[in-house]
Amino acid sequence: MKQIFALISGLIFGLGLIVSGMSDPAKVLNFLDVFGTWDPSLAFVMGGGILVTAPGFAWLTRRCDRPFFDERFQMPRRTDLDPKLLTGAGLFGIGWGLGGFCPGPALTALPISATGTLVFVPFMLAGMWLARHTPDPTVFRWKGTV
Amino acid sequence: METEFTPWLSLGGGMMIGGASVLLMATTGRIAGISGLTSNIFARKTKGEERGVSAAFILGLLLAAPIWFLVTGGWPQQWVPSNSALMAVAGLLVGFGAVYGNGCTSGHGVCGISRGSARSITATATFMATAFATVLITRHLTGV
Repeated sequence: MKQIFALISGLIFGLGLIVSGMSDPAKVLNFLDVFGTWDPSLAFVMGGGILVTAPGFAWLTRRCDRPFFDERFQMPRRTDLDPKLLTGAGLFGIGWGLGGFCPGPALTALPISATGTLVFVPFMLAGMWLARHTPDPTVFRWKGTV
Repeated sequence: METEFTPWLSLGGGMMIGGASVLLMATTGRIAGISGLTSNIFARKTKGEERGVSAAFILGLLLAAPIWFLVTGGWPQQWVPSNSALMAVAGLLVGFGAVYGNGCTSGHGVCGISRGSARSITATATFMATAFATVLITRHLTGV
């Protein structure tokens, strides 16, 4: 049951990416290009996502003890800001600004098989593998300053 | 290249993304974070059931465009940068950064902000800043 609903969720998620225009790197790059051919659409994608997810998550965790087909809600609990988070996010943004793809849209666009996508996805998977095998920088660790 | 401003379609698509995230949480209790789910499939220490749920979600994502094709008779409109070296570097940075920083646009940007997580808000502000800076540099300062 879990797998069936995960499949349906993924499908709706992917269709949402297509409808919103986010699976088109041109739109993403134009969103990031405020001083050029700016297209603010992406702000509406994120806004629409949060508009549904924020009340949805709040309602679920308040009203339900557990998900329908599993034992517990796996909500991340960490609150500290560590260098890994900032380094990762910083590098992610550079890659996103270069290619116009983040993981969801890249996978959604994969079957359309544009040359750029066919190059991007394997390298993205390699990057994910690399990140899992990079040790934590435990030297500078500080606790929730925000 | 210019693209058309599509506030309503983008809002509607965004709400579908939000709906999918709520559905996944309601049924399986998991965060719809694409980078986390993707790397779960390949990580050796992932348990069998966990891998199955992650793989099912990603399969759904991969089926979206083909289903779009079957229904509308054409692929979704897109323009993808064709410079292979650039896309290789971009892919590597996106994959590495997303997993190293515990999330991407979906996990931090939509689900995390929705939970009011300080980590996700900080991560989203950081990747937005470096992404805006990257486009500013490539399109206006150097012209790559």
